[in-house]
Amino acid sequence: MTDAALSAEPVLTAKPENRVWKKFRNHKSAMVGGILVAFFVLIALAAPILPIPDPAATDWGAVRKAPDWAHWMGTDEIGRDVMSRMIWGAQASLLAGVVSVSIAVVVGVPLGIIAGYFGGWTDAVISRCTEALLAAPFLILAIALAAFLGPSLTNAMIAIGISATPIFIRLTRGQVINIKSEDYVDSARAIGLPTPRILSRYILPNVLPPILVQATLTIATAIIAEASLSFLGLGQQPPEPSWGSMLNTAKNFLNQAPWMALWPGISIFLVVLGFNLLGDGLRDALDPREH
Amino acid sequence: MLPFLFRRILIALPTIILISIFVFGLQKLLPGDPLLVLAGEERDPEVLEFLREKYKLNDPIWRQYLAWIGNALQGDLGISLRTNQPVTALMAQKLPVTIQLAFMSMIFALVIGIPAGILSAVKKGSVTDYIANIVALSGLSIPNFWLGIMLILLVSVKWQLLPASGYVPLSEDFGQSVRAMLMPSFVLGTALAATLMRHTRSSMLSVLSADYVRTARAKGLAERVVILKHALRNALTPIVTLTALLFGELVAGAVLTEQIFTIPGFGKLVVDAVFNRDYAVVQGIVLVTAVGFIFMNLFADAMYYILNPRLRGQ
Repeated sequence: MTDAALSAEPVLTAKPENRVWKKFRNHKSAMVGGILVAFFVLIALAAPILPIPDPAATDWGAVRKAPDWAHWMGTDEIGRDVMSRMIWGAQASLLAGVVSVSIAVVVGVPLGIIAGYFGGWTDAVISRCTEALLAAPFLILAIALAAFLGPSLTNAMIAIGISATPIFIRLTRGQVINIKSEDYVDSARAIGLPTPRILSRYILPNVLPPILVQATLTIATAIIAEASLSFLGLGQQPPEPSWGSMLNTAKNFLNQAPWMALWPGISIFLVVLGFNLLGDGLRDALDPREH
Repeated sequence: MLPFLFRRILIALPTIILISIFVFGLQKLLPGDPLLVLAGEERDPEVLEFLREKYKLNDPIWRQYLAWIGNALQGDLGISLRTNQPVTALMAQKLPVTIQLAFMSMIFALVIGIPAGILSAVKKGSVTDYIANIVALSGLSIPNFWLGIMLILLVSVKWQLLPASGYVPLSEDFGQSVRAMLMPSFVLGTALAATLMRHTRSSMLSVLSADYVRTARAKGLAERVVILKHALRNALTPIVTLTALLFGELVAGAVLTEQIFTIPGFGKLVVDAVFNRDYAVVQGIVLVTAVGFIFMNLFADAMYYILNPRLRGQ
């Protein structure tokens, strides 16, 4: 062993959490992503206490006013403050992203573990169902589900969650198949640990990192999906604010009030970019092969 | 080749059956009894019973499914409640419009995505690579319906260069048709270009470090020949299959794009059907796009098989 390798030793034996965090911190684009996401999360959480007008309050004296000191982002077609609606809309978007991905993870990961660990018929049934769901394009499936469930933010989240579930089943299954033949799983089985304990103690923690990465990236997709559904009128219902439905209204006033279309689009772009950068950064940081 | 394809089709069959069960099951999600709407105000029990008989709702559910799938296999996906036309006829009417959109979008995607991917792989770590990556990531993060709205604002409202909406059939006026489709296909194409660029880049990168590329360089071949003849040819294999797999993204993107530019295609059909509560049309579209996607998968597998001689021995 060379000196260089010896001196590298302490880094490798450092706690894995620290190593991941260090790599993540040095990853510039991941930090940018983290800051973008944190910014929108803070704004969404602070919406009730920020000194902004009621997002539903109409002012017929200030209809489609261009941005000025009174209304920083202008007003919409019935005189509501666009900035206030943007801030409250952030809640809907982030909530939709997080809740739908939580549904997909909570349903998909256990199914993926079961399929991957037990194999055989269980695997065949779960895998065929996964493929069937993956065959329908994500948005078409979400539109169809939202249509049959009825349009509302909750149903949009359920529809997006169900549509995203197969991604997690497939990912988890693949990971479990790789892990279950590892020596430590074999030894756990050999000393007679009960299966549920093997699954929760040895399998689950080891499949979590890639799932965390995928979840972050899927939140980005889910936020766009919610905006798309709301844009089509299948998500958040008026007068509740949502970036997608704001864009839907804005497209009718492009001539008179272009700012109405500007802010929601920029916000969706930034928050989605944030989650994408964060996901890419997490992937690099959690990848044990790259030191 | 044939046994390989046969095996793939055999694996695809259960998937198709499952997706059809799923699509059929969608209507059971509907809140309330849809017949109450058809039966009118009085809700005469006799009328209700007649309708139940007519739509075979008294049969056990598996029988209802078998009847539905049997009809579907014969090309009968039901009647649109809105227009009273057969669902398949409606789809056949709208399909050419979306195919034109998809085809033109694909041209944009390939022309932008592949050269950008090659360039950023060849110049890895350079400013070009950096910029190409930022543009691609932004392309993935911009909601394409918003990009469409912004383009309308600039190109149609401000500069008045291209029409904001309206569709002209190809057979009517080729030039006008392409002109009207230019902006929508650019919007849809750029979204796909981002995905293509990222895959081309990583595929090129893995090929560029291969032994045969080093050999080609060692032989003293010009860099252009090495990249275009030796590296690109091999890097393209996974990209060809990916292009077939982009079908899903293409269809989903078309839904929003058609909505913004009011193009009377497949996507507009499904959205209108959702709002008109025309459930047979929604079901038909989900079924057809899913089966279409499965066939695109089969096609991708076959292409991979043809392009990759190493698989043939197996």
